Amino acid sequence: MTVTKGTPLVEMRDISISFGGIKAVDHVSIDLHPGEVVGLLGHNGAGKSTLIKCLSGAYQKDAGEIYINGERVDIHNPRDARHYNIETIYQTLALADNLDAASNLFLGRELVTAAGFVDDAQMEAETRKIMARLNPNFRKFNVPVSALSGGQRQSVAIARAVYFNAKILIMDEPTAALGPQETQMVAELIQELKRQGLGIFLIEHDIHAVMDLCDRAVVMKNGQRVGTVNVGDVSDDDILGMIIMGKKPAKAY
Amino acid sequence: MTKTPLTAPPATPTHTVAGGNPIKRFLAATEIDTRLLGMLAALMLIWGGFHIYGAVVNGNGAFLTPRNLWNLSVQTSSIGIMATGMVLVIITRNIDLSVGSLIGVTGMAMGILQVDVLPQILGLGHWSIWIITCAVGIVLGSLIGAFHGWLIAYRGIPSFIVTLGGLMVWRGMAFIANGGKTISPVDSTFALLGGGPGGNIGATGSWIVGILACVGVVWLLINGRKQRVKHEFPLRPMWAEMTLGAIGCGAILGAVMLMNAYPLPRGILRQMNLPDDTFVSHGFAIPVLIMLTVGILMTILMTRTRFGRYVFAIGGNPEAAALAGINTRWMTMKIFALMGALTGIAAVIASARLNSATNALGTLDELYVIAAAVIGGTSLAGGVGTIYGAILGALVMQSLQSGMVLIGFDAAIQRIVVGVVLVLAVYLDNLYRARTK
Repeated sequence: MTVTKGTPLVEMRDISISFGGIKAVDHVSIDLHPGEVVGLLGHNGAGKSTLIKCLSGAYQKDAGEIYINGERVDIHNPRDARHYNIETIYQTLALADNLDAASNLFLGRELVTAAGFVDDAQMEAETRKIMARLNPNFRKFNVPVSALSGGQRQSVAIARAVYFNAKILIMDEPTAALGPQETQMVAELIQELKRQGLGIFLIEHDIHAVMDLCDRAVVMKNGQRVGTVNVGDVSDDDILGMIIMGKKPAKAY
Repeated sequence: MTKTPLTAPPATPTHTVAGGNPIKRFLAATEIDTRLLGMLAALMLIWGGFHIYGAVVNGNGAFLTPRNLWNLSVQTSSIGIMATGMVLVIITRNIDLSVGSLIGVTGMAMGILQVDVLPQILGLGHWSIWIITCAVGIVLGSLIGAFHGWLIAYRGIPSFIVTLGGLMVWRGMAFIANGGKTISPVDSTFALLGGGPGGNIGATGSWIVGILACVGVVWLLINGRKQRVKHEFPLRPMWAEMTLGAIGCGAILGAVMLMNAYPLPRGILRQMNLPDDTFVSHGFAIPVLIMLTVGILMTILMTRTRFGRYVFAIGGNPEAAALAGINTRWMTMKIFALMGALTGIAAVIASARLNSATNALGTLDELYVIAAAVIGGTSLAGGVGTIYGAILGALVMQSLQSGMVLIGFDAAIQRIVVGVVLVLAVYLDNLYRARTK
């Protein structure tokens, strides 16, 4: 399936960023359309997470441009990214372990009462609602998230990303810490969000997950883009060849 | 909000009180913090221990008397106020070693201002002198704190180093400011803030404060229950709510009666032209009321505002806090500014209580303040701590201190005991955390 018509939801053009002389990302361009899942693949240290952190506001790009719906934007920090409805699920989950699920879900965007105080009861109620859909077995609302299992923590991180009307979702290895059942749940969620027209960047090591979930795949190696393929047009061996040897198949661009 | 078809309606939460023995059931139903109970038990142990030791060894159990406990409350105020700020500093994985010296320099600045400067401009004994002095002291404290915070947050110097430097710099400044000379006496209204003669609110005032506090407790319970009903959260059983209300109000009214049981001494009665045998209650001392007000405001700040939530988030995971869009540097600067402002308030109380400003004011206070916060359950690993814990911690420290003075331990023994208790308290805290995890 190819959905590369019209204005892309996100376009990152010629992005470069280096740390202490090492080019972590070297003139990479990628784009993402509404209702599309684009996989980002490559070895550890290939620059996938770094590239995507320029979009989520965690890092500042050295060069290049970012366009959202065709308009050039400046993203200086995570707050800017959120302003453009970009939500990120980090590999590390980025949860404050000492706070409960509701406080984490609303961190930085707390619901407040008319008097300006945080409305914990309201936030817990909203958290219960969204968790009932994402992870119906979730019960631990009043304990710090340090007391939760890997899957439960993951569902808190996912809930945080989808609660706030994300248009662009970045998922950095969302199933790395999960069991088979929870992995299946995340896969279903991705399909559902896709149907709703979100664009999703999926950083993933599992080639089968990529073949199942992604429309296109971008392969990176040593900070550079090896190539982009429509997942339907190539075999998993083709993609593995790109990842391991940097070999660009004929159908890539 | 998105609609995901992973169905199953939210199960209606029901209140489940775990089985087990009655004490466990009681604690689960009332949701009382067991750590708080532990601290209160430790406090009772210390108080009882000193009283009994005094009674047995010295033939005079002087600790559990209205007079001693009243004094204890006044002595705790200055450390207690600073400890509430230290909680924020330590939660965000920083430390402030400069608060003792900051007391010295702000106390000295206020001394010069109210004794040498303002009387020249406004006239001696002008009504506004104490207000201007307090305002300047608090602003000066927060400016110095903000400067420390700036060096830490925006210049990347570790807080330990910045405030260790501050410890020396500001003590030196306090000395230079008046050439090492003590300034005394301070403005007469200002002096009341220290809880000296006249610095208390009497029996009627104390009852009014107590009754207002009881109304507050009942309102909190009713409002909390309303919120839970509104969102269909599990409710505490009615008997548990009643018990909590009774304990809260009982403790408050008990404190009022205790404070009212300590009469003004003869000397002051004579100044007031009253016969020697008149019973006039002290009631709450003004510094204690200041500490309680600070404690309540700081608790609201930490538990009910975004600022407080961010403090905890930064302590729990600074990186996650930054990724959530929190400006962690600006937060750090504000936290140190707040610590400085609270130190300014503590300096008002400390110098008012002495009725003088000396360059040694607040020496070693930083250690007592940090100890109070840590004994009160603030974790040096960051992310955990409570305001009430810090105030109770200050009370524990002060109880040890004044208890040992009362039963005649000399200074060397006092230090040994305080040091041992600090280490022991943190060790017990570790055990408690390991068990409840």
